[in-house]
Amino acid sequence: MNKAIEHYLLRLADTALTQSQRIAEWCGHGPFLEEDIALTNVALDLLGHAKLLYEQAAEVSEQDVSADDLAFLRDVDAFKNPILTELPRGDFAFTTLKQYFVDQFNVLLYQALMDSQYQPLSDIATKALKEVRYHLTRSRDWCLRLSLSTDEAKQKMQAALDDLYFYTPELFETDDQLNQLMAESIIPDMSALHNQWQQQVDELLNKCQLKTPTSGWLATGGLRGEHSEHLGYMLADMQFLQRAYPGCEW
Amino acid sequence: MYSQGLQDAKGGPEPEGLLKAFQKRIDNEEKIEPRDWMPEAYRKTLIRQMSQHAHSEIVGQLPEGNWITRAPTLKRKMILLAKVQDEAGHGLYIYSATETLGITRDEMTRQLLSGEAKYSSIFNYPTPSWADMGAIGWLVDGAAIMNQVPLCRASYGPYARSMIRICKEESFHQRQGYDIMTVLARGTAAQKKMAQDALNRTWWPALMMFGPSDKDSKHSAQSMQWKIKRFTNDDLRQKFVDATVPQAEHLGLTIPDKDLKWNEDRGHYDFGEIDWQEFMEVIKGNGPCNKQRLRARQKAHDEGEWVRKAAEVYQQKQQDAA
Ligand SMILES: [Fe+2]
Ligand SMILES: [Fe+2]
Repeated sequence: MNKAIEHYLLRLADTALTQSQRIAEWCGHGPFLEEDIALTNVALDLLGHAKLLYEQAAEVSEQDVSADDLAFLRDVDAFKNPILTELPRGDFAFTTLKQYFVDQFNVLLYQALMDSQYQPLSDIATKALKEVRYHLTRSRDWCLRLSLSTDEAKQKMQAALDDLYFYTPELFETDDQLNQLMAESIIPDMSALHNQWQQQVDELLNKCQLKTPTSGWLATGGLRGEHSEHLGYMLADMQFLQRAYPGCEW
Repeated sequence: MYSQGLQDAKGGPEPEGLLKAFQKRIDNEEKIEPRDWMPEAYRKTLIRQMSQHAHSEIVGQLPEGNWITRAPTLKRKMILLAKVQDEAGHGLYIYSATETLGITRDEMTRQLLSGEAKYSSIFNYPTPSWADMGAIGWLVDGAAIMNQVPLCRASYGPYARSMIRICKEESFHQRQGYDIMTVLARGTAAQKKMAQDALNRTWWPALMMFGPSDKDSKHSAQSMQWKIKRFTNDDLRQKFVDATVPQAEHLGLTIPDKDLKWNEDRGHYDFGEIDWQEFMEVIKGNGPCNKQRLRARQKAHDEGEWVRKAAEVYQQKQQDAA
């Protein structure tokens, strides 16, 4: 049981960390100053969630590990985030739409996790919910703003949707351990969550007058540690100091 | 007479009576506010200094932003991200204060990107190691505090008020930087070397942050008269050295200046001569990272063009629909 919980905490932590890492790449390079600051806020919030989740994972782990060990000393095949969150940041349309997909997922998930039978997860969800709700408002607004303004912006949003759409079902992927947690009401039913998510997303994409693509590679595998080529580079960058100078205090 | 030769916006002489009343207000420590009469040269001096300050905050995001994706722990990553974000906030805040003097942020951005406007030369140096995050927080934010604390009493109200808020955050940055240095200096031999190397890189450029020596500083006297400045460049530099040397000793690191020595008679540290040649070269655009920094700003500006345009068009459409 603890094994399954640790597995799921890492799934969520890795998702938050990789998403944060990509958003943080905008810091100092945003399209204008206010947005530079707002994007960094999102990155900071997600990093905060990742930290709480890693700390809890370290707590339940049988091994003597810290939150930092989990973030900085695991390799690609141990990371459990969906491939979506490791994709390179792309342009501002790509970043915005990806953030929206993740925000919509986070809001529904954390709402449901507040009722988790596993108290620490419910506590983290309660804490995170206020922030991810704010993220969602922001990314939804930007989706509308970009899609319903200039032709150029709309084209970029459509291109982002074409690229991203088939990465989204992986957010709801499960395995034996997650199924066990669902059965024990520790995590919500993922296919029900997917339906809710799809409804919200369809509604927004409709408002944005964007067309969902009909085919593409259906992403899968993150939960099993099967990733794209991008994650290795992200980790090489992120983990560099811990790898080059092992065992140090920082 | 201090007001001699001061010209108004049309090139004519400033009215003597207004000038006198203006100086009197300043001498009485009254704040000058945006709607108040002010000499054109005062306005221009402030625009130059404040926009330069705002640009420094923005360009200053880059050398530290360089380590955001590579910060060694979750905690350090959060602190660094928050710090670089603070600098963006400082930039925003000072740009807004500068706009009260009748210049737009777009125009200031244009001046930065075209090279017409300057920013602090320190940000034209590279940050090759993690320890540079420590050295920058400790020394660069430390020097910024020395410069900015007196500005909290600057005669121009919006500038003074923005500095009060900013200084609080800068002292937090300085403590975080010093904390990074402390951990490294007490760490492994490799970490200690990292810290010493960063100090070696940052020390002289940090001293240059106070600007040219008083004997070569062309704006100093008038700015002191107008209480935009309260201390001379050399005074502030000396204060900084005096405050910093004991901190370096506490860390067990060596300041890279063989002439550095306590002078009992003066009650201050003596220190070596700054390489003014290097200073002038960096100001002219020939520092190690000038081109890189400006190109990064230009790239963000260009790539953001369609986003800014989209936001503008969308807002217009919303207004038209309402
Ligand atoms: Fe600052
Ligand atoms: Fe700072």
